[in-house]
Amino acid sequence: MATNPTQLRVIQTNATDAAKAAVAAVVASAKPAEAVVQLPPRPKKKLPRVLAAVGRGAGQVLPSLIVVALLLIVWELMASGPKSALPSPSRIWKEAHDLILFPFFVNGPQDIGLGWRVLTSLQRVAVGFALAAAVGIMLGCFVGQSEWATRALDPIFQILRTVPPLAWLPISLAAFRDSAPSAIFVIFITAIWPIIINTAVGIRNIPQDYRNVAAVLNLNALEFFRRIMIPAAAPYIFTGLRIGVGLSWLAIVAAEMLTGGVGIGFFIWDAWNSSKLSDIVVALIYIGLVGFILDRAIAALANVATRGVQAA
Amino acid sequence: MIAPVKPKLHTDPVSAHRRGPLLKIDHVDKSFQRGGVTTEVLKDVNLSIEKGEYVSIIGHSGCGKSTLLNLVAGLTQVSSGAVLLENREVNSPGPERAVVFQNHSLLPWLTVYENVKLAVDKVFGRSKSKAERHDWVMQNLDIVQMGHAKDKRPGEISGGMKQRVGIARALAMEPKVMLMDEPFGALDALTRAHLQETVMQIHTRLGNTAIMITHDVDEAVLLSDRIVMMTNGPSARIGEILEVDLPRPRNRIELAKVPAYLSAREAVLKFLYERHRYVEAVS
Repeated sequence: MATNPTQLRVIQTNATDAAKAAVAAVVASAKPAEAVVQLPPRPKKKLPRVLAAVGRGAGQVLPSLIVVALLLIVWELMASGPKSALPSPSRIWKEAHDLILFPFFVNGPQDIGLGWRVLTSLQRVAVGFALAAAVGIMLGCFVGQSEWATRALDPIFQILRTVPPLAWLPISLAAFRDSAPSAIFVIFITAIWPIIINTAVGIRNIPQDYRNVAAVLNLNALEFFRRIMIPAAAPYIFTGLRIGVGLSWLAIVAAEMLTGGVGIGFFIWDAWNSSKLSDIVVALIYIGLVGFILDRAIAALANVATRGVQAA
Repeated sequence: MIAPVKPKLHTDPVSAHRRGPLLKIDHVDKSFQRGGVTTEVLKDVNLSIEKGEYVSIIGHSGCGKSTLLNLVAGLTQVSSGAVLLENREVNSPGPERAVVFQNHSLLPWLTVYENVKLAVDKVFGRSKSKAERHDWVMQNLDIVQMGHAKDKRPGEISGGMKQRVGIARALAMEPKVMLMDEPFGALDALTRAHLQETVMQIHTRLGNTAIMITHDVDEAVLLSDRIVMMTNGPSARIGEILEVDLPRPRNRIELAKVPAYLSAREAVLKFLYERHRYVEAVS
């Protein structure tokens, strides 16, 4: 490959004489090292690697930045009329820039930055989701491992998983008689189904070979669970966790609207009641970004935890 | 070479333990039930294997040779008859009958070292110290020339290397009999030849007992002391047992001119392609 540009160059410089060019080409291909020295280094190779990486990164982000800018412009144009029901971006900035710029201010018990509210909601999600993950993986292993349990429980799971999160709220309020555990229960019950179902599928898909290895080694139930089942089903388990965490985040906002308290969901409801539409828009952006980060965090965790499993 | 031992009735279990064959497959039948239909796979299989013997089982696909190996491994249960190891019936899997699986079956989330270590920890967890177990893992990886790749994951090494690790894992369990289910079936011809050499060296060095399933006539003759030829299924049985009376160590290039090698090869080929030709089952 290295000789090709050299040959071309030589041919170009001797283009006036065809016979000479042919000879030159032969010489060039015979002694490529000499010819290469005469060439100026390619400009591309002069670029430092860091700069190239930054360029690549910008290439990834730039298109979506452009689209966001365009959307903001269209939005501004559509919402800037005097009769517009919804605030324009410039009005949002005017009315709610403190919420955007200072996520962690504290001015009073109910007048706190959105960062604090998001953290409160995240705390609820963490408790509910952790419970759902622990119980869901256990139940999923049990269901996936036993033919009978699959037949008995799978239809029930399939029906229950379609129940919308908020439909569970009245019943959990009745059961717990308190809003805090009710909200956590709603998270739990929302997130657990995809975790159970995906774990069970992962367990059912463990290749017979791995089971044979475990049998020949005489692994006991606990060793089999720890050394074979969990790692083999890990990609499926993480798929379930990823869906589960997304649903949890959907559910917490809705649950908090009804149960009150300090969370981001209640903030939206409160802002609606005091007609602060700009605050709502800012809160929506917060929710979207946090949901995105949660999803990416689980995906990154999955990449680390399941390395090697897919490759083989 | 060792002649097949006729089944004898032993009254005294201790002396029987000394006199009997290492492994005995005694009047084994195996049938599978599916949807009310019973298929008889193996019918009245009898085979005795002495300590240190290398026995190949050869036959056309679907003749139940893998089923036979699984019965010895304890991964499937006999329908009638018994598999006896040192005169004790076996009906569940165990490390004293380690299996080298056709597709290596290494755990992809563990490194080469950890795959072997898992087996060693399980088998020698009580009898060897931590340092001894580490040495034992490395020793077995070195036997199959895979010590250099101990920190690689199965996804990062070639098919032949994976199978080497599979063999190391089985060897590391110090099995009384090593069971190999078409161990070289998924490998290309050159890699296969390399691995056959390695297995021969190991057999010479350790004198271990091995049963190997194969459908490769040359491989069977090259490696085995005896070749067990299976008839076609259903209701497959042992059609013939061929003693391969060739001196060890064997060299595949020199063997090509040895009359005993050629006649053994011819005998197996005749069995497979003349008397028990493979007919595609219409079901």
